[in-house]
Amino acid sequence: MAYKTKFILNEKVVETDCPAGMLVLDYLRRQEYMTGTKEGCKEGDCGACTVLVGSLEGESVKYKPVTSCLLPLGEMEGKHLVTVEGLNLAELSPVQKAIVEEGGTQCGFCTPGIVVSMNGLLMDESKAVDLDGIKYALSGHLCRCTGYRSLKNAAALLSDRLEDCLSADDRLSSLVTAEALPQYFMEIPAMLREIAREPVNSGNGAGGSEAEYFIAGGTDLYVQVGEKIPDAQVRILNSLPGLKGISRVNGHYDVGALTTFEEFGDNPDMQEAIPGLGGFMFLIASWQVRNRATLSGNIINASPIGDMTAILLALESELVLREGDNERIVPLKDFYQGYKQMDRQKSEILTKIRIPVPASGAKINFEKVSKRTCLDIASVNSGMLLHLEDGVVGNFQFSLGGVAPIPFLLRETAQFLLGEPLTLEAARKAIEITQAEIAPIDDVRGKADYKRLLAKQLFIAHLTKLCPEKFKVRDFYEAY
Amino acid sequence: MKHIDSHLHVRGESQYLDDVPPPTEMLHAAVFGSPVAHGNIESLNLEKARAVEGVVAVFSAKDVPGKNVFGPIIQDEELLASSKVNFIGQPVALVVAETPEIARKARGEIEIEVSPLPVVVDPRKAYQNGDFIKEPGTTSMGDVDAAWKDCDHVVEGSCEIGGQEHVYLETHRARALPKEDRCLQIFASTQSPAALQEAAHVLLGLAIHKIEVDVKRLGGGFGGKEDQATQWGVMAGMCALILQKPVELVLNRLEDIQMSGKRHPYSCDFKIGLDSEGKILAYDVSHYQNSGAFADLSTSVLERTVVHSTNGYYIPNVRVMAVPCRTNLPSNTAFRGFGGPQAMFVIESAINKAAEVMGMPAHEIQAKNLLTEGQSFFYGQKVKNCTMTETWNEACETFDFEGLRERVESFNKENFEHKKGFALMPICFGISFTTFHLNQGNSLVHVYQDGSVGVTTGGIEMGQGISTNMASIAARTFGISEERVKVESTNTTRIANMSPSAASATTDLNGNATILAVEQILDGLKEIAAVDLGIEDKGKIQIVDEVVCCDGAKTELTWKDLVMKSYLNRKRLSAHGHYATPGIHFDKATGQGNPFAYHVFGTCLTEVTVDCLRGIYTIDSAKIVHDIGRPINPTVDRGQVEGALAQGLGWMTLEDLQFNDEGRCLSHALSTYKAPDVYFMPDDLVVNFLENSDNKFGPLGTKAVGEPPLMYGIGVFFALRNAMRAFSPQSQLDFNSPLTPERVLMELHKDIQLIPQSREKGVLVES
Repeated sequence: MAYKTKFILNEKVVETDCPAGMLVLDYLRRQEYMTGTKEGCKEGDCGACTVLVGSLEGESVKYKPVTSCLLPLGEMEGKHLVTVEGLNLAELSPVQKAIVEEGGTQCGFCTPGIVVSMNGLLMDESKAVDLDGIKYALSGHLCRCTGYRSLKNAAALLSDRLEDCLSADDRLSSLVTAEALPQYFMEIPAMLREIAREPVNSGNGAGGSEAEYFIAGGTDLYVQVGEKIPDAQVRILNSLPGLKGISRVNGHYDVGALTTFEEFGDNPDMQEAIPGLGGFMFLIASWQVRNRATLSGNIINASPIGDMTAILLALESELVLREGDNERIVPLKDFYQGYKQMDRQKSEILTKIRIPVPASGAKINFEKVSKRTCLDIASVNSGMLLHLEDGVVGNFQFSLGGVAPIPFLLRETAQFLLGEPLTLEAARKAIEITQAEIAPIDDVRGKADYKRLLAKQLFIAHLTKLCPEKFKVRDFYEAY
Repeated sequence: MKHIDSHLHVRGESQYLDDVPPPTEMLHAAVFGSPVAHGNIESLNLEKARAVEGVVAVFSAKDVPGKNVFGPIIQDEELLASSKVNFIGQPVALVVAETPEIARKARGEIEIEVSPLPVVVDPRKAYQNGDFIKEPGTTSMGDVDAAWKDCDHVVEGSCEIGGQEHVYLETHRARALPKEDRCLQIFASTQSPAALQEAAHVLLGLAIHKIEVDVKRLGGGFGGKEDQATQWGVMAGMCALILQKPVELVLNRLEDIQMSGKRHPYSCDFKIGLDSEGKILAYDVSHYQNSGAFADLSTSVLERTVVHSTNGYYIPNVRVMAVPCRTNLPSNTAFRGFGGPQAMFVIESAINKAAEVMGMPAHEIQAKNLLTEGQSFFYGQKVKNCTMTETWNEACETFDFEGLRERVESFNKENFEHKKGFALMPICFGISFTTFHLNQGNSLVHVYQDGSVGVTTGGIEMGQGISTNMASIAARTFGISEERVKVESTNTTRIANMSPSAASATTDLNGNATILAVEQILDGLKEIAAVDLGIEDKGKIQIVDEVVCCDGAKTELTWKDLVMKSYLNRKRLSAHGHYATPGIHFDKATGQGNPFAYHVFGTCLTEVTVDCLRGIYTIDSAKIVHDIGRPINPTVDRGQVEGALAQGLGWMTLEDLQFNDEGRCLSHALSTYKAPDVYFMPDDLVVNFLENSDNKFGPLGTKAVGEPPLMYGIGVFFALRNAMRAFSPQSQLDFNSPLTPERVLMELHKDIQLIPQSREKGVLVES
């Protein structure tokens, strides 16, 4: 039986037998001839291809902007896919009008994607439409023409003009009522429920467990082998049940492997367990990519510089791997064995990440330095968990990414500090030990010397942020 | 008026060339580029690629129908390399297939053997090897050598200036359709349709009139499609001509970055002499341009570097040596500013270094040397209508420069790891092509029976707002609503011999031509109006808001009626206008003349905060006073200033174009090459237009705006440096760009050894 995907594209239900691994971007432009969605980079870095994906959550549909250049068509099963065309009304919508009036479009190539994300911002009740909100919404967009000031002003206009909608309990319906969104949005929940009653397939893609590619968020996979996936057997992991969600079990949190970065960052339990989490997530990827990228993908991708991995290492996370009915647990710190080598059989699926509930009094920090602060890959990233008991180091976890073939915890540094009073002298000594534990190389993200220096600087950054009463940056620079 | 296309852009309805529904049987081409940066092609095997199902043809150099050579200034490049390759990605073969995926897959089956030759990526090395695009040249004024002895301070230094990737959001692309009688219609994303025609004429062996090039709009150009769009258009044309099928060629982002040229990296030496008061007496500079593999526009870019070597300063004794050095990188090319930014970076570096040596703030030296009316540039032109000082003073006053200084000083006293810095950046940019003959523009204006107007010019819409400006100029000259005017695609059958849309001059040249065309039509309309209204002197007639007025008084005659009457009376309702910039001349051999119709001036004040622990930084504000003459459409003009600023800021900071010693681009994608995003740009961004300014060379009194504001971005480099010196006053900081977080951190901590074995030398205190 030919593989099919059934979903709603803007206002109409479509059923297609195009491959599950085909990119939504290519499907839109080449099958549907809907050319408002643009290809700028095909790696999630420019946002020109942004679409909204709506999913049923209870009675209503929640919309999230994602980059269609990293989005497999199979993922659309039972979803609502909204393109810029689907946001058009007879007259310009408030978003469109505001951009026009403020001069927020020049060559226009990035504009449809920006219109989509700005609508996504309006539709998301958890987001304010203010300066911070618009920057959040545009975090995954490149505009090479405007300098963004006009787009920021457009958001200010919107916030004024749509004040009532934005303060309404149900933003979506009030936006429809205010003719800021097309009427058909009101029909979508019922239409999606209808599709859910009669799915055309299990949604797993054509390949079962013998698939060539297992796609979670796809945000790294498509960048690496995007040209091969459309013709291959794929398995869309997001359709597997039970791999999402965060729950507290005994002394740890069970985090479903398919939890997205955005879900992780928005989760109240995680926010409580990791104070400052929002600020850390700000440094990671973009809104669109965080809506797709999963924790398991970040771990299994085994990048030496995975941001979530650096955080999870410091949190002493463990991985739950499953093969059939067999389950085993591997500490994340022992999972990586060499560059892109893992303690995992090909048939094993990562189902959960176990994060111990941090002891009360334990402090956590994440640091990342990259060329550009947002949506950039780190030169060096680092997580630190520090628990001082009466001034003595009770627990110390210090992860570094970008300074070795794998992301890792600095064992000797930790060993040295454990049980010691955390003095300036000890900290200085620890920095030296750290330097002996790392082996950075020159690459496009920086020279080895730079990464060495960063390892030291970020250690100081951690300590001065976690123990401001104990350490000041100045303490480490008396020579000046 | 808002951007004329903006209502389509926001709806996703604007058509870029591959958004137009494809013609039936359209094929897709992919380009096979050289895998190595320098070498002789020993063998090229295309058979396996040809055998891939769905492949229609694979072409190499021997299939080029005409003479396999092109180049805008010096014809030194092959469309497809025949025997030698000179950079990684240099086109060697073309695969044409039913889909782009098949074409790319088959490309992977091409086998090439190249015997390697030494790879040079450093312009100084090329210079030592004597490998120039053109012999080194020197331009001077006064006697630099004699002047040094009169100086109280003589400071020398050098700069390494990075390149820049254009990152137009729409990559290179073209679609070619075969037409009857061996004609071609090529839709191309090019800033220079005529250049494409001329190249195709030679490469394909067709008369120019057989090649129609049509451009509706570009998804960004920034100079990257001035000349480098040519080859892709010709390749699509070649495939279409041979196969007699429509062929589309779209580079993906990776191909585009690898195969296309960028802003030129420069390596420069400077020597500057000043008196004790800070007056600059002499300046000696050498520019070693990294031209890349072929000539492209490098010699013209370098010309502009030379004449911008003193920015907006008057210096009595100047000597500029410049040489375009051939390396094994993609041929570097036009990029907004066109050599000007590099020149300005060097003089600012020289001033800053002198300031540090003299213990005098850089802005004091800058202020003491600003150009004033009537002073001479070292290339012989006298500055006219000079507003350099006005913009500087206004920036200092409006933006409270003194207050900022105090605020920064106290911030830096109170904070250890965070330091603030600031810089003032004056700009003076010459408007006109330094290549004399390009300073002409054409416009074709039609008035239709219903009163609607169509305008075609030689200007390319690439987001900069040329269409908007043309509509405004036509409408205001006629005296009608802008909504009546449609700006057509740019097409070589309607406008011949067009100059590239470049040098910031597109509105000037094509706008003035449009005025000339409109005036011809208006003349006839007024004649009919005079007869109709019984007025003897048609000179009394004017059209205001679509109503015919006599001596300023409204009549009953409307635009629509007048047009219909004129048509029925067989008056001319179409006209072609041709404009040539008056009063310019430039002797390329001596480097002397009056190359520019006028100059654009402005001043930017930039403030930054550096996190000296992490090496990262934020741009707190950029505030500009810019002389735009009389703005045509302030929203569009402001967008040009802000967008150019963003590119300048990016060029100086995070846009880190990297090639390794093998000539391979390491910053090969948008994941590794970062351009400014919404968080990078300051929220506090102010653009004030200088009031009461005018310009007799610009249509409706406007001044060119495309390129000059890019150079405001240079200020951020010196602002960062200013902050870094507050943290580490003793450090000798380099003048190397871009000033990435890596460079900042390494410079701030450069005396610190971090390798464990030498830990005792470290700054970490061993108490």
